[in-house]
Parts: sequence; structure tokens; C-alpha cells
Amino acid sequence: MTTNRRDFLKTSAAVTAASLAARNGFAMPAAPAPIPAPGADRYAEDLALEALNAARDAGASYADVRIGRYHRQQINTREHQVQGVNDSESYGIGVRTIVNGSWGFAATSLMTKDAVVRVAREAARLSRAAKSVQRRPIELAPSAPVKGTWMTPVMKDPFDVPIEEKIALLLKANENALKVGKVKFVTSGLQLLKEVKTLLTTEGTNITQTFIRVGPDFNATAVGDGEFQSFAEELSPRGQGWEYVLEMDMPGNAEKWASVAAEKLTAKSVEPGRYDLILEPTNMWLTIHESIGHPTELDRAMGYEANFAGTSFLAPPEKMLGKFKYGPEFFNIQGDRTQEHSLSHCMWDDEGVPADKFLIVEKGIFKEYQTTREQASWIAPITGTKHSHGCSFADSWSNVQFQRMPNVSLLPNEKNTTMDEIIAATDRGVIIRNHGSWSIDHQRYNFQFSGQAYHEVKNGKIVGMLKDVAYQASTPVFWNSMDMLGGKASYRLEGAFNDGKGEPVQISSVSHGCPPARFKQVNIVNTGRTG
Amino acid sequence: MREPRSLFNPAPADEPFLSSADAKALITKVLSYATADEVRVLVNSGWAGNTRFARGEITTSGGITDTTVTVIATVGKRRASTTTNILENDALKRSVELAERLAKLSPENPELMPELGPQKYIPVEGFVQRTADLSPEPRAAAVKKVFDSINEQGRSLGELNVAGFLSVNAGAFAVGNNKGLFAYHRSTAVDLGTTARTPDATGSGWAESGSRDWANIDPAALGRRAAQKAISSHAPTAIEPGLYSVVLEPAAVGQLVPALIGSMDARSADEGRSPFSKKGGGTKLGEKIVDERVTMYSDPADPDLLSQPFDGEGLPAGRKVWIENGVLKTLNYSRFWAQKQGMQAVGGGGFGGGLKMNGGTKSTADLIAGCERGLLVTHFFYVNFLDPRTVMMTGLTRDGLWLIEKGKVTRPVRNFRWMESPLFMLNKIEEMGKPEHVGVGLVLPALRVKDFNMASLSDAI
Repeated sequence: MTTNRRDFLKTSAAVTAASLAARNGFAMPAAPAPIPAPGADRYAEDLALEALNAARDAGASYADVRIGRYHRQQINTREHQVQGVNDSESYGIGVRTIVNGSWGFAATSLMTKDAVVRVAREAARLSRAAKSVQRRPIELAPSAPVKGTWMTPVMKDPFDVPIEEKIALLLKANENALKVGKVKFVTSGLQLLKEVKTLLTTEGTNITQTFIRVGPDFNATAVGDGEFQSFAEELSPRGQGWEYVLEMDMPGNAEKWASVAAEKLTAKSVEPGRYDLILEPTNMWLTIHESIGHPTELDRAMGYEANFAGTSFLAPPEKMLGKFKYGPEFFNIQGDRTQEHSLSHCMWDDEGVPADKFLIVEKGIFKEYQTTREQASWIAPITGTKHSHGCSFADSWSNVQFQRMPNVSLLPNEKNTTMDEIIAATDRGVIIRNHGSWSIDHQRYNFQFSGQAYHEVKNGKIVGMLKDVAYQASTPVFWNSMDMLGGKASYRLEGAFNDGKGEPVQISSVSHGCPPARFKQVNIVNTGRTG
Repeated sequence: MREPRSLFNPAPADEPFLSSADAKALITKVLSYATADEVRVLVNSGWAGNTRFARGEITTSGGITDTTVTVIATVGKRRASTTTNILENDALKRSVELAERLAKLSPENPELMPELGPQKYIPVEGFVQRTADLSPEPRAAAVKKVFDSINEQGRSLGELNVAGFLSVNAGAFAVGNNKGLFAYHRSTAVDLGTTARTPDATGSGWAESGSRDWANIDPAALGRRAAQKAISSHAPTAIEPGLYSVVLEPAAVGQLVPALIGSMDARSADEGRSPFSKKGGGTKLGEKIVDERVTMYSDPADPDLLSQPFDGEGLPAGRKVWIENGVLKTLNYSRFWAQKQGMQAVGGGGFGGGLKMNGGTKSTADLIAGCERGLLVTHFFYVNFLDPRTVMMTGLTRDGLWLIEKGKVTRPVRNFRWMESPLFMLNKIEEMGKPEHVGVGLVLPALRVKDFNMASLSDAI
């Protein structure tokens, strides 16, 4: 049975009201449990089926249809003011086709039968146009069709929290931060996302996933005599509900965070040179992202990103897989979309491939690239892995899915090494906390990262604060210089909402977990030049 | 003339965005649902087409239509906004109600400025029909021309690896409010970029061109340029990091100079947290901050820029001279800050109205000829800020870097990571080239600059 648009909108409002009532009492289980996953709405499913049929009629040997509904809320504050409250919603359909072995994709926000049929035909037309400049037909790695629903495990949907409560939390944090002498400016914010995505394919997949992500932020600026310094706390965005925002206790911690900005005003400018570098997880995640996450993307290694983000030093695959020494024996890197609370946590990717957990680097040796169904066949003869690692995602109904990074994490040391032990074992070092500026070359060799707070270590003790610090290194040398790694208790999950890749650029959310680690004799540069 | 059409069954494939009349009708309808003191509605409507290519073939391509409606509701000094792309009456009503509800729940913002009444705008025509008509088939044909011209050039080295992207969009942006303001602007843009790499992966070249008019893009010429750069940058050798005179092609200048405009927020300068703050208070307005040969401005009506003549508040975006003969002439004032400081706010923020920097009459080849020892830079990659106090930035050279000796390009060299500030750089100019189109709304000259800080070597090709 088909439902018209108006009925669908009414129905979905009623469902929301019903689920709210359930959460407010009646059907609440005794122990707290995550919110159950909603299914596909029938209207969307019907449109998707229409589009699949139209794609087949237009000659597609394969087609998939994604219907996405993205609800975003953003709140920004500065000092005692709210700078912006925005609530946005985007709804639409994207159809991807293979006709005569070539890809096509078209999308529209117009959710009517006529529009989706037209879009399916447009995708087939794009496939045919691409065929004129095509060398070999697209082949997809086998993947069994899947059906079902899934939702990010959350205790409290952030969209159910009253806006007043959200604003009050941020303004209270700002107020507390401004209690710190010399701290004159403070900004804080919340980014909230709820994404409902339905995927149907001509192979029989029919899945609906609901993603919830929260991203708080906080930044304080202290002003001294002709000088200013800022400090941003690392409030890692997560695939979690409102409970995570409360856990961060922004009002309770704001004064402590803001005092770091004030303290930076009197910090000593770093003497450039070689130091043992101790990275906290709040800084190292971005170095993992840029120098391990991106170069192990197979499309980059094969030249597909050459015109934009670049290629990869991990190429050609046959010379690198199973051979390249990325780091020491205790260095293990895992790709993992099954990790709870992480940003790329899911049940299936945008091709319906089940979430995968796989070692990218094992005992220091490079082992696997990130792949999609199309890419799996490119390297199966070398790796023996015939299936996709489930890395196909699109950031919107309006963009085509392509290879995106899963959570890429550095696994902790089997020994329970602590941060204190790492500091105590260091004669002359610098500790870096939180992420600052970042830049890396287009093959992912030469990188330079800064942080938000820096401390000098002498003879096993923290002796004072530094400023103007950045570390610069070459990827293979850097990771092989790691000589101490924290244990499981020191592991933390960080991440970002804003990983850009592809043309047109798509933004992806990804987490990176790691413990703290020490790197021997890393080049520290001074960024505070004044002329 | 076309038949009028319903808003809810629009998008014939040949006209996939709203006309001025349709946008006005949509805004009027949304405003009719509103009860708040002040309501502003933004409409973004457009079509985008793209064709991406790599390894000798088209890899992905797409065609997208979308229309979004943003409602900004103000109740007293409280304001909030909602955005939706569901254009049915019920959904639009919900969006208005939500914006009004969120506004009422938001705390008062003492800095809130009232909505503007009707404004006058300079007419700017940034729409070219042949760009809007660039369908999948001619895009594929253009990609084929890129491949063919690169292969023609690169024959001696074997087949070059080619990647690139052709993107086109045609759309309209409209603003209206319940105080009688209405503004509408339609535009097109097309951009074609390509990277060619030598088969042994030791040489890489790049070329890109953007315009409002597809007729200004020459796919074969772009392919030739990328291929020539790949071939002549092939097998580079490393030289020592250090301070070098550099000839920056206009594309490289376009990756540094706009960052300076981005740092020109007036409030930050007044509040002592900007490179344009004066020690002890005040700003550097009226002071010489860079070489006296430098003048740069934004102007939506400039025939080379043709940008939207208003911003999201409906404030007219006029000519803004940022730097004139090296002197800082204006900072970017929001309406609130302008009122507080007794200054004039000009619409469009930092980049509204595009950016044009003056230059000389010389070609890039002339700048090279005048260089005793230095480097020729194609463009940069991964440029990011290091220190907001000085606009200090870092990034890498990419897709062709050569040593210049005694006025001649002598050999390709390995890429560098650099650390430099556009503010310092514009104080170290030796010579300025002729301004060129770097992209849509961006016109800049090549520059020869001394003592550019190439800080460390990069192995990337």
C-alpha cells in the first residue's frame, strides 16, 4: 500500500509523539536501555522501489537507492550571548546506477513518484555518458543482501532535550570560564545530528539506519599586554546521545579549561630542536587520522584522489602490502565500524556491507587497505580478501557514496604502561595536549601538527609550560620512532565531524582511539615568528 | 516565455531552480505563516552537475537538484533559524513555527540588529545559459579532450596518470523579510581541474580554471598545461630548506592572500586579538601594513568578479577597498559592530564581492627572468593557520616546483613544507605580475617575493 506525502508527514509526527510518551514513562524498561531503532517509513520505501524499477527499465544492471533525512541542530554562544540557534532538515533521494559497466548518480529533494523516476533515468543517462570515457566495466565484490534496522545506541535522543537546557548549559560554562582573570572571550557550542537513512538495492537489500551524533565545543581566549592566547578543550564528538554531553560537564570544567588560556600568556616560547615527544590521545588521534587513516585508503593509493587530496606513499599496493614497516612490533592499527560510541559506528555501510573490524597494520607491518565493493577486486589477488571492508559512505542523499575511512585506531599496549611512567622515563621532552593546527602533504609523508597546551619535561618531571610549539616529521620515520605506548587504561576515543574528501567534497565523521605514546627525537619547530 | 509552474512540481530538467517571481512567491507564502515580530526567509535553489575522472576514465558523475528554505525569526531581541528542503505547505508551516518557538526560547541577544527594510542593489549578471546547459554528454566530451591532450603531450614518457574534476552549477539565492526587503540573484559557475602524473610517479602537474562562462574554459589547454608541468617536474632532486626568493604563480598567491582578508574582522581587531590590533588599543586602520604597490578590493559589480550584490541579511555588498597602496583602508564590520563603532557596514562579510588584487604588466616568465636564484611555485597544498597573531600559516608546495638560476628555470626540485604569513610576504615583494583569473570571483597577480621560508623537505610528488 502506498502512502501519500501528507499522510506520511502526519504519521511520522504521530510516531514521534508516541515514542516520546514511551520514553516518558509507559513502556520504559526497568533498567536504562538504548532507544530502539525505528524502521523505514513506508512512503520512503515505496519511492525507493519506484526508483529501482525505473533504473532497471532504463537499462541498469545494478542500482541502489538511498533516501536520507538529516536533522541538524547547532547552537553557538559567546560570553553571555547566544550567537545562533539553527535547526535544519534535509530530505531527499539519490539513485546510483551501473549501465553497461559504468557508474551514474542523480539526486533530488523532490520526493514525488515523477521526480524519483526522472532521477533514476538521469542516473542511467550519466552512466551512458561515462561509458564513452571508460576502460573497464565496474565489478562489485559479492555481498549477501541484507534486511533490517539499526540505531546508534543512545540513552537520550539529543533532539528530545529542550533548547533552554542546552543553552543554559553552554552559557553557564561561559560564565564560569569568564571568572578566570585575563580570560576575556569564550565561545561554546553544540552540534547535534540525527540521520535516518534507508537503502534499497536491486540485489534485494532493504535497510534503515538511524545515526545520532553529538559534538560539543569550548574555546577560551585570554588577553595580555599586546598578546592573546586561546585554548580549545578536546570535547570529542561522539556517536552517542545527550548523556555524553552531560558527562563532559562543561559548566563544571570551564574554569579549569579557561585557566589554561590564561596560563599560556606567560608560557615560555619553545626553543626549536629535537625532543622526545609525548602525545596525549587528545592530540595523537589527528596524527593517526592524517598519516595512517588517509594513506591506507585504496582509492588514494590508486590515484583516484590525485587531483584533490592527493595520492598515498603506500603505493603501488603490491610493493607495500605485507612489506611496509609502519611502526614497531607493538604497533597495531585497527579499522573498526563496530566500536560503540564512535562516529563511524554502524551496522552496514552505504552498499549494505556489514560493519567490519580489521587490522590495517599488524605488529608494525602494513596489512590491509580500506575498501568498498568496487575496490575489493582490485587487490584481492594480493591480500586474498575478496569481500569489501564496508567503507562506502555518502554524507548526504545528494552525494554519491564512495570510500570513506572507518574508525582507525591505535590499539593499546598489552602492558599497562601509564602516562606517569612515560613522563618519568623521559629526560628531555615535550608533552602535547589537544589538537591545534594541522597540515600534511599530498602523499602523507611530511606533516606538521600543533596542539593547544604544551609542557616541558626534564629529568622525568614536568617543569613548566611552553608555547609556539609544533612538531614536524615524516610519517614512516615518526611512527617507527615510537618507543613507549600506554596501556588499555589510558586509551581514549577522540574524533572529528569534519573529515573532507572527494570532489565534490564530502564531509565524514570519524573517530580515532589511542593511548598516549612517546616518540624519540622529533623535530620541534617554533611557530611564533614575528616578522 | 515559459508557462508558470507550480512550486511543488517544478524542475523541468532545463530550468531546475526558482525564478525571481517563484522565489518571491515562495518567500511571501512562508512569511504569511509567521507571527513573530520580524521574519526573514532565505531561499537557495539550484542544480549541480559533476563529472570526476581518474586512471583514464570517468569514475563518478552526478546531477543534483535541491531547494532549501531558511526561516530566521526574531521575537524582541531573541532570534533563531530553521532550514528545510521540504517545500510542502505543512512542512513550511512547521519550519516557521519551530523557528518562532526556538526564538522565544533563546535568551535575549543584546547585539541583535533589526531586520533591514527595502534596499537598492547594483544589478549584477552572473548567469550564463551555456554554463547552465552543460549536460552529462558535453561534460564527458570535455573530459575526453583533457585525456587526449595530456596523452599527446606525454607520449615520450608513456601514459600519464590523469585525474580531475569538472563541476558546474546554476542556481539562485533570494532573501526577503516582512519589512519589505527582497533580493534575488542568479548565477552559474563552472570549474575544470586536472592533475597529470608521470608513469614512474616522480612528476606531477596541475592546471585548473573556473568561470561563470563555460566558453572561457579550454579543456585541451588545461590538459596541455598539466602534462607539461608533470613532464618538466619529473625526477626532482632535493635542495636544502631555507629562505628562497619565490615566483608564485597566481594560483599560489590565491591560496595565501585571501586568508589575510579572512583575518580582517573589525571586532577582533578592536578587541585586541587580531594581527590588525594596535599594541595598547585601537586598530591599524590607516596604517601602512604591506608594500605600497599593493591594492586589493572586493566589488560584486566588477566585470571580473560578478558576485552576489547582497548578503544573507539583504545588506547591499558594495565596493570594499581593503588595502590601498599598502595602507589598511577597511576592516570587516558586522552591522552590530559598525553601529557600535560609528563605522559603515558593507554586506557580504569578508569575501562577498570577490577579491581582486592589482599587479604590474609582466608575465610569470618575466618574473622568472628577473630572478637570480629562487623557486618557481605552481600551487600549495594543505594550507592551515599556525598563529592568528601574525596570520602565520604552513602548507606544502605541490604539482611542480623548480629551481630558478640566473633568470632561467634550470631543474625540478623536491617539494617543501613552508611557514610564512601573507602579511609578511606582502612586505617582501620584489615584482608583481599581471593579474589573472584564479577562479570564480578571484583575480590575482603572480608575485616574486624574497625570503620565503621553505622550512623542511617533503618526499611527496
